[in-house]
Amino acid sequence: MQQGNRVIITVLGHDRVGIIAAIAEILSSHNINILDISQTILQGFFTMVMVVDIGNSTVGPGELRDVLTAKGQEMELAVTVQHEDIFRFMHRI
Amino acid sequence: MRFAISREEVFETIQMVTEQNLDIRTITMGINIQDCRGENGQHTGGKIYEKITRQAEKLVRVGAEIERDYGIPIINKRISVTPVAMVADGLDADDLLQIAGYLDKAAAEVGVNFLGGFAALVHKGYTRGDLALVQALPEALARTERVCAAVNVATTRAGINMDAVYDLGRIVKKTAALTADRDGLGCAKLVVFCNSVEDNPFMAGAYHGPGEPECTVNIGISGPGVVAGVVKANPGVDLGELANLIKNTAFKITRTGELVGRVASERLGVPFGIVDLSLAPTPAVGDSVADILEAMGLERVGAPGTTAALALLNDAVKKGGAMASSSVGGLTGAFIPVSEDAGLARAAAEGALTLEKLEAMTCVCSVGLDMIAVPGDTSAETISGIIADEAAIGMINRKTTAVRIIPAPGKKEGDRVEFGGLLGHAPVMAVNRYSPAAFIARKGRIPAPIHSLNN
Repeated sequence: MQQGNRVIITVLGHDRVGIIAAIAEILSSHNINILDISQTILQGFFTMVMVVDIGNSTVGPGELRDVLTAKGQEMELAVTVQHEDIFRFMHRI
Repeated sequence: MRFAISREEVFETIQMVTEQNLDIRTITMGINIQDCRGENGQHTGGKIYEKITRQAEKLVRVGAEIERDYGIPIINKRISVTPVAMVADGLDADDLLQIAGYLDKAAAEVGVNFLGGFAALVHKGYTRGDLALVQALPEALARTERVCAAVNVATTRAGINMDAVYDLGRIVKKTAALTADRDGLGCAKLVVFCNSVEDNPFMAGAYHGPGEPECTVNIGISGPGVVAGVVKANPGVDLGELANLIKNTAFKITRTGELVGRVASERLGVPFGIVDLSLAPTPAVGDSVADILEAMGLERVGAPGTTAALALLNDAVKKGGAMASSSVGGLTGAFIPVSEDAGLARAAAEGALTLEKLEAMTCVCSVGLDMIAVPGDTSAETISGIIADEAAIGMINRKTTAVRIIPAPGKKEGDRVEFGGLLGHAPVMAVNRYSPAAFIARKGRIPAPIHSLNN
């Protein structure tokens, strides 16, 4: 896999049915492959970090951010979409 | 390849961006215009306009693309050019005014809010071009919207050009008078430097130095909110440990700048110059250097201990930054622009922070007396005296210092001036009422210090 095609999605909010399904549906509809999901629920608070590959995506990271944050607003969740490189640069030399 | 970043690290980064105002403060494209000399002001200005609009055509668009692709806000896209006095040498003040007009037009055309480089380097004396530029300053600053000016009046190697210091006191006053309807806003676009740097991406003092390449991209990165967050989260640690925590944070912030710089350089097809890691505050809540100092344990910035706290902060920022990038440059440190920092402005309004304390603070941080409003009746000689003091601090301590001071027309101590936007608002601060007029009127040159002879 080519480096630099990965995007990190985080989701924070109150737990409810269908959060992962809603996010995953958007991703699959844009041909985005999920590489890793880590999810926990702490006292009803849902946190998820998802690593996805946008190498074959039909949308760029900017558009993906728009779509996912809109979905997040609809479901009352805080969604962020960040390019992997930001994390690699910041936390690794 | 596995994704080897932990959850904690992911959320730390997200928090920096979403809650603590981590941003790329500016992508500044430096453009050499030394090849733009024409026969007169109009001809030269036209050539400069053509070159800037060609070189920087993609700047704003690429900046917006990077912002979108990486999810890091990029607040400003700006341009710096070769000090105009060098290009326009031999032309007169009217020609320089015309050139300023073309610069303003070029900045508007490519969509940048500020363009720096209406500048002259006069630390050892004036050339004809320098003199023409300095004479043109008040009108140029009053008539243009986006053009920023800088004059370097001193260096550690050359000493202080007191002729220029004398003149600039008058120039500042005249600039204020010509922009009296806007609280003297013209002065907010004029920086008087000692030891100015050639690759500073931050306005108003940015210019593309004569030692710089044809075109380059410099990144100014900020994040007072991120540093304040770390300091607030660690109330119990001793100062050595605190310095370490700030250093680690500065490292992370600078890495973001390094990434954006590399990407911007590639997409613009222009060499990457430097990352300038400066804690540059904005009037936004939580984006304040004063907040950091107060989080360290000062009741108000300006209290005894402020200079020590700032020294610790400034040094830790540099150490972290230096590790994070192969090309840290520019000013790099902490800025203390009073009107642009809500915490500093508050402390000044409450009387906790005085001009004299700010002067002491400039001994240990990046740059100098910045965005300070003083009473409108402050004399030209007093302003020259303030400039001379700052230049002396820079000269003796081998550092950049600067003065960006606004004698706000018609305003008295305790009044408030409003510049709007990123320039913010500030209380009019008290100035020592005793006059340095006879000292300033001596003019001449303050010789370079003995440690300038280091060969």
